[in-house]
Amino acid sequence: MSTTADTAPARPLPVLDEADTGPFWRACGEHRLTYQRRRSTGEIVFYPRGHDDPDLETLDSAGRGTVYTFTVVRQHGHPFFRAHAPYTVAYIDLDDGFRILTEVIAEPGTVRVGQRVELDWEDHDGTAVPVFRPAG
Amino acid sequence: MAPRRAAIAGIHEYPLRRAPGRSKMQIKAESAARALADAGLTFADVDALYDAGETGAMSGITVAEHLGITPRVIDTTSLGGSSYEFHAAHAARDIAAGRANVALLTYGSTSKSESRAIGTGGRSTPDPAPGMNMETPYGLPLIGNYALVAQRHMHEYGTTPEQLAEIAVTTRAHAVRNPEAVAGLRDIGIKNIGELTAEDVLGSRMIADPLHLLDCCIVSDGGGAVVIVGDDLAAGIRKDPVWILGSGEAVGYPGNARDLTTSAGARSAPLAFGEAGVRPEDIDIAMIYDSFTITVLTLLEDLGFAKKGEGGSYAEGGRLRWDRPGAPALNTDGGGLSSNHPGMRGIFLLIEATRQLRGESTSQVDGARLAVAHGNGGQLGTRHSAATVILGKD
Repeated sequence: MSTTADTAPARPLPVLDEADTGPFWRACGEHRLTYQRRRSTGEIVFYPRGHDDPDLETLDSAGRGTVYTFTVVRQHGHPFFRAHAPYTVAYIDLDDGFRILTEVIAEPGTVRVGQRVELDWEDHDGTAVPVFRPAG
Repeated sequence: MAPRRAAIAGIHEYPLRRAPGRSKMQIKAESAARALADAGLTFADVDALYDAGETGAMSGITVAEHLGITPRVIDTTSLGGSSYEFHAAHAARDIAAGRANVALLTYGSTSKSESRAIGTGGRSTPDPAPGMNMETPYGLPLIGNYALVAQRHMHEYGTTPEQLAEIAVTTRAHAVRNPEAVAGLRDIGIKNIGELTAEDVLGSRMIADPLHLLDCCIVSDGGGAVVIVGDDLAAGIRKDPVWILGSGEAVGYPGNARDLTTSAGARSAPLAFGEAGVRPEDIDIAMIYDSFTITVLTLLEDLGFAKKGEGGSYAEGGRLRWDRPGAPALNTDGGGLSSNHPGMRGIFLLIEATRQLRGESTSQVDGARLAVAHGNGGQLGTRHSAATVILGKD
């Protein structure tokens, strides 16, 4: 039986076997938002890379942060995003010290720079997409 | 012996903004022939080829083949819209080193005829770079990418939509004086091809907050060519040479603490001004890549015309119009916002700067002696390239 849900355009997903970022997306499938830290200097590394470097450790983020900047996308050529618009795309500065481009799930026009947000997940086959919501 | 100096000796801008039935290669070839004729040179004189690869892979070979030239310097640096400022910088370097005598830069695009939705198109690729693989699910189109910069600039410095609009108003005023720009706006279907007001810009529909439709460049067909020669040849060309006095290059990319309101231009510009031995306040003509109003506003600061955060107030009051003393004239051909933007408009920055220093612009600034051409390629909010070229006349 074909349903609307079956034929609705799907959110584009990352390439899960990309060598550097694949481990990140597979961890997302377990609802873990991971980042790396250099043991010797404490420097935060994100996006992930250098997986054979013993000086880099992988940590789980607490998933809380602040909106650095955002835009409300109102027009997009891709079928999923055209149907999804308007939606808010933002850079979030995580309290753990890294910055991520993501979507903030909120009424368009209500998000503000400096707003506190927290991690949520949108589940997909083989991974989950990290999104953020206004902190409760 | 001092290193050889390099000068722009020939230019051509393909006049049509809508060229159905023409190919990118045809636009490049016709533009190349006309730019060489402008310099009084022929294809047989060309010994250095610079190409951004818009016609496809291995363009260093295919473009040379199509033009029937045998270059001994082949440079296919491809960094988006700023590629041509990189090419000019590399041509000057190659000429100074004695490896090249006549350098040819060409560009051709049929973005309009192909109905390419550059600003709002999807970004998925089957084989993304690692950093881009992090962004696939979020649907950030090109316009939204620049909007991230605008939003942060407004937050940090109080920059207003009216100040951004002023840049679109200024470039349209210049376009209205340029018959090829006016014909182009008409040919690509722009309804209002007259002067704009800030209210027009603010009243146009929001594409990605805070950028409105009229904060964005147009999408056109187009192309052009530039011929750069050494000083020994420059003395014999048809038009006055326009010297490449300095250049600088940089790239920018996301980081965990990057100040999004400052572009890689803040690193390329000091290199260029330093090599040229001039200051921003000496510049008569500012050809600044205007993919969006926020691009110009940010770059006015990064090039040193205004302090960081003061680009908005600097642009106010029509200050950057061709006929206002006290500040450089901005994008006097009408820019990407109102003359042409086929996807990579960096070559037009060199072409219009050359016209101004020759005295050939449709918005000619009296006594123009120094120009800056600053290309911004890629996407300002994430990964972008910057190249600054300082040009001057004798």
